[in-house]
Amino acid sequence: MNEAASTLIGRLGSWFSPAASAEIAAAEDAALRSDRFRLEREGEWKRLEAIVNRIESGRLRRISDEDLLALPALYRTAVSSLAVARETSLDAETLAWLEGLTRRAWFIVYGPRAGLGDWLLRFFGGGWGASVRALGTDILIALALMVTGTIAGWLLVASDPDWYYALMPGGVGDARVPGASRAVLMGTLFGQQDQQGLSVFAAFLFSNNAQVAILAFALGFAFGLPSAMLLIQNTTMVGALVWLYHGQGLTLEIIGWLAVHGTTELYAILLAGAAGLHIGRAMAFPGEAAVLDAAAAAGRRSAQVMVGVVLMLIVAGLLEAFARQMVNNTAGRLIVGGFMLVLWTGYFFVWRGNAREIG
Amino acid sequence: MARRTGASRQRTVITPEGVALPFVLATRTARAAALVIDLGLIVTVMIVTTLTLIWLGRGIGLEGGAAINASKSRAIQALVIVWLIAMFLLRNAWFLFFELGPRGATPGKRLTGIRIAARGTERLTTEAVIARNIVRDIELFMPVVFIGGAFAAGSDTDVAGWAGAAWFAIFVLFPFFNRDALRCGDVIAGTWVVEASRRKLGEALSVSAPPSAADQAFTFTPEELAVYGEYELQTLERVLRDGRGPALDDVADAISRKIGRPFPYRAERVFLEAYYLQLRAHLEQGMRLGRRKADKYAA
Repeated sequence: MNEAASTLIGRLGSWFSPAASAEIAAAEDAALRSDRFRLEREGEWKRLEAIVNRIESGRLRRISDEDLLALPALYRTAVSSLAVARETSLDAETLAWLEGLTRRAWFIVYGPRAGLGDWLLRFFGGGWGASVRALGTDILIALALMVTGTIAGWLLVASDPDWYYALMPGGVGDARVPGASRAVLMGTLFGQQDQQGLSVFAAFLFSNNAQVAILAFALGFAFGLPSAMLLIQNTTMVGALVWLYHGQGLTLEIIGWLAVHGTTELYAILLAGAAGLHIGRAMAFPGEAAVLDAAAAAGRRSAQVMVGVVLMLIVAGLLEAFARQMVNNTAGRLIVGGFMLVLWTGYFFVWRGNAREIG
Repeated sequence: MARRTGASRQRTVITPEGVALPFVLATRTARAAALVIDLGLIVTVMIVTTLTLIWLGRGIGLEGGAAINASKSRAIQALVIVWLIAMFLLRNAWFLFFELGPRGATPGKRLTGIRIAARGTERLTTEAVIARNIVRDIELFMPVVFIGGAFAAGSDTDVAGWAGAAWFAIFVLFPFFNRDALRCGDVIAGTWVVEASRRKLGEALSVSAPPSAADQAFTFTPEELAVYGEYELQTLERVLRDGRGPALDDVADAISRKIGRPFPYRAERVFLEAYYLQLRAHLEQGMRLGRRKADKYAA
């Protein structure tokens, strides 16, 4: 026997476990051709099953590199065995088992490609921006809705101050009501830096706002109409608030007060609404695709944006609780807000990162 | 063994290799049970987290009342923040974390033997899992709040309250109004929920039952083998693998009558194994030549 043949046999020997070679010997005895087919391949199937079992139970570290590399090949072997067995074998047991095994291996071989860590890396390295850019039209629509909402809020309250109470959900003790004096309004904008519990406030704001943003997105499912209503409803409050302070000559001050966190928070709400509208539009006007396929494609694209929205709201919560109370002058607040606006816009639309376009 | 499933739940997916893989959609009952288990677990974890944090707060000295100093209050604040974030994560990240794993199933789904999968031939992506779970909020938590509120208010509820409850009921009942039992999140993410069965491979019958002895006792003519088809063969396979005495007797009786042989007294099993092997060899030979016989009625 020459050297090449012996290495080949050595490789085969390591490929099939001792039990498998015994099975091959047993295959010689099997009466049916289809059973011989099965017994010859059973070793590889069992090896695939063992690997799949270990991956499914989350013991990824205990799988050798050799096994991981062999997984795709073993999977294809199982698939082709299944295809052959369906045409040549009437052994229902083997067929059902092989189908189950192929299915489980299929989930792994064609499963989520990246773990959460890898996915986040890709996400920050440009995937986020790409998914935002993919919503271009919807962002413009959402922006138009928000501007309309703000103007509508202003005009409504300007025509009849009673509207203010309808629009603002404020509590009874809120000082910010029509007719409040300039001093009172000033007091709500500045001089709260002594407040205790700012960090708790930030965490509360975040979890509250994130829930609202998730709602804005999820409501896109009803053809985007509720998302649009939510956008308008939220911005009419902004319009009403600005009108109130404008009446006492505090326009710039209120804008500064809002801008600190507002540029981030309203940006996040804009994106969440746009994501909702994106799904709504895809379902209402699916084009060539089936409605379900169009909705699925849109949903996957906008899900990334939503992860980003939640992260933006964390930043907004921190800014609202800390930066707004600590930066106690309008110029500083405008600078912080403006900086965040430029930062987000640049990150989304200018910086392309190194990730592939998504969508 | 082979569990009977309604044809309405059978789906076929073509793998990239071009082989059709059968899937069985999970029943709505199994999914509801999985959800209840998950919610139970989430609430349990929430309660345990809350109690632990309260216990920690006690340790810091919450009872101090007016005498809370600055560093203590800061520590308490930190606990409150941890609590808020933990509640947010439990509510939103529980399903996400587990469904991104290799099993594609939360603990509840694992217990009920189901998992999520991408519809059609596409692979399951991280984005899809995120999308299907973000929508859970309006499907589950909002309706519970609204409908619960409507009932709590009783007859005082105004029209708007009931309208809201009805509107959210649509989301809850969505899985009952489509063929694939998709919930709204599944529609948006392009996923569905299927059964994840695991089974053991049984012995090859021609090895576990060496044919040598049986062959001598029973050899069937092609005419005797031609009376049955694949369906009967697989029924016979189930009977042989189950190996229950009375069933063996009945089947042996039926077959021997059909092919006009005397009842194989005290040799029922040998008779059936021999018949099974020869029938399978006969039918598989036909398959190789392109002739299939689905059941005994087929020509």
